[in-house]
Amino acid sequence: MSAVMVDVHGVHKSFGPLEVLRGVDLQVRAGEVTVVLGPSGAGKSTLLRTINHLEKVSRGWVSIDGELIGYRRSGNKLHELREREILKQRTNIGFVFQNFNLFPHLTVLHNLVEAPVSARRRPRKEAEETARRLLDRVGLADKADAYPRQLSGGQQQRVAIARALALEPKVLLFDEPTSALDPELVGEVLDVIKDLARTGTTMIVVTHEIGFAREVADTVVFMDAGVVVEQGPPSAVLDAPRHERTRAFLSKVL
Amino acid sequence: MSSDTITEPATRTAGHAEELKVVPTRHYARWAAGAAVVVLVAQFAHGLVTNPVWEWGVFSDYVLSETIVQAVWVTLQLTAYATVLGFLLGTVLAFMRLSRSPVLSTVAWTYIWVFRSIPMIVQLVFWFNLSALYKELGVGIPFGPVFWSVDSNTLIGTIGAAVIGLTLHQAAYAAEIVRGGVIAVDQGQLEAAAALGIPRLRQIRRIVLPQAMRAILPTAGNEIIGLLKGTSVVYVMSIGELFYQAQVIYGRNGRVIPLLLVATAWYVVLTSLLSVAQYYVERRYARGADRTPPPTPLQRARRFVTSLTKESA
Ligand SMILES: Nc1ncnc2c1ncn2[C@@H]1O[C@H](COP(=O)(O)OP(=O)(O)OP(=O)(O)O)[C@@H](O)[C@H]1O
Ligand SMILES: [Mg+2]
Repeated sequence: MSAVMVDVHGVHKSFGPLEVLRGVDLQVRAGEVTVVLGPSGAGKSTLLRTINHLEKVSRGWVSIDGELIGYRRSGNKLHELREREILKQRTNIGFVFQNFNLFPHLTVLHNLVEAPVSARRRPRKEAEETARRLLDRVGLADKADAYPRQLSGGQQQRVAIARALALEPKVLLFDEPTSALDPELVGEVLDVIKDLARTGTTMIVVTHEIGFAREVADTVVFMDAGVVVEQGPPSAVLDAPRHERTRAFLSKVL
Repeated sequence: MSSDTITEPATRTAGHAEELKVVPTRHYARWAAGAAVVVLVAQFAHGLVTNPVWEWGVFSDYVLSETIVQAVWVTLQLTAYATVLGFLLGTVLAFMRLSRSPVLSTVAWTYIWVFRSIPMIVQLVFWFNLSALYKELGVGIPFGPVFWSVDSNTLIGTIGAAVIGLTLHQAAYAAEIVRGGVIAVDQGQLEAAAALGIPRLRQIRRIVLPQAMRAILPTAGNEIIGLLKGTSVVYVMSIGELFYQAQVIYGRNGRVIPLLLVATAWYVVLTSLLSVAQYYVERRYARGADRTPPPTPLQRARRFVTSLTKESA
């Protein structure tokens, strides 16, 4: 069995009095795809955002490839890292947003080149070559010089995926990557993610696409009210759920 | 069946679409109002040319005279310095106000409050008289010994005092303009930049500011044009800018109206140039905002000409 790449350990997260994550444990092995399901408000987005430290955890910790995220441990104490160090850690964690968040004033190519050049100090030429290769991979080689608003939603999301890949992250996090898309555009984005899964990219995907989960996921995680209710291979969680809440949720979305 | 009954009569009577001729609505009231306004404008222009009070001869004697052209140059310099320095300081103040540090944001807020409260002319006179307050300016340890000092009037000079006054005043307004632009940028943009690990300063320079420019530029254009004309208040410091020199000349020869016209003409010309520059700068920062950017006036004119030549051919 491969090593644990993402380790989420006893994570709690509160916004004021509202406790959104109430002790989440999750392990993702290198090269595996984990799909997170759950009703709206379950805390799925919050969980993803704590993994790359866009949200600070209130309790517990997250590590990627053995490296603690957002903190440095010495003895019994966790020292908060400086922003600069956190930014550096994030280059190992790709994040794909529901509404793409491409930089509208930069061309597609510059969207892909920006982070490798400024955060990873890659030579610009090399970064551009990588960018073009990635655009080719997501089927958008001819759109390098277009601006994001000149693309369809599906194309924009594929650019966003290529942008995340440009940093060669150790893990890719997807927060409902197809929820903002018209139904006929969902397939092209899912195909790109499936292709990444085949080539052994470690991924955590929050989605409502049950068919995709069944086809691609190594592990399906069902979350509700800030806790992981049930997790296991798709055949177990999707076809023979053991918990009443999982059954209730699946009966609604299937 | 329902769709049939709707489309059928139309297609039957219409025949081929290209045979149809469109008759535009006639706007009689609009034409009448237009004609009336044209008559009024023509009357005014006629008066401007023929009425002897304007003394166009005196105007043309002075409009390109060396004194006036030099004064225009001073006005331009004051405007340029105060714009560049004012917006630099203003940008720093804007990010201080937005910062999470309560010290920085309070200092910035206080600065803006103070300098928006003081009339510019009061501030200018104040700087002009600075040496009355601080005979010397020095560098040293706060509350401690001074290593280096200089007589404040030699250091600053009259033009320097004017630039400082204009800059400090402008910075307070620029800060609010820049802050307005920055908070108009979608929060998701910062989040995406942070998720990509882009360094903080680079996020601001490369992601936030270029997008904020869309909201900043129209107001900033207003401010710069306001500043250009606002430099005329430094006449109180006897600086040889446009308005001051016009006054000096008509003080000597008594030709008030034509010399005011000289100043007016120059302000109009400079403002027009700034407006054109603003148009192109705005266009540059609009890249990516529209699916297909509209053509520039030049492109439009060229297209119009080629369409005419094609038609006549
Ligand atoms: N910054 C915040 N401040 C306060 N409450 C928040 C904040 N972010 C999220 N929440 C709350 O946390 C809860 C979980 O939100 P989260 O976005 O993680 O849900 P989700 O499972 O992703 O739901 P969905 O499927 O609708 O995206 C919600 O009740 C939400 O209102
Ligand atoms: Mg969500």
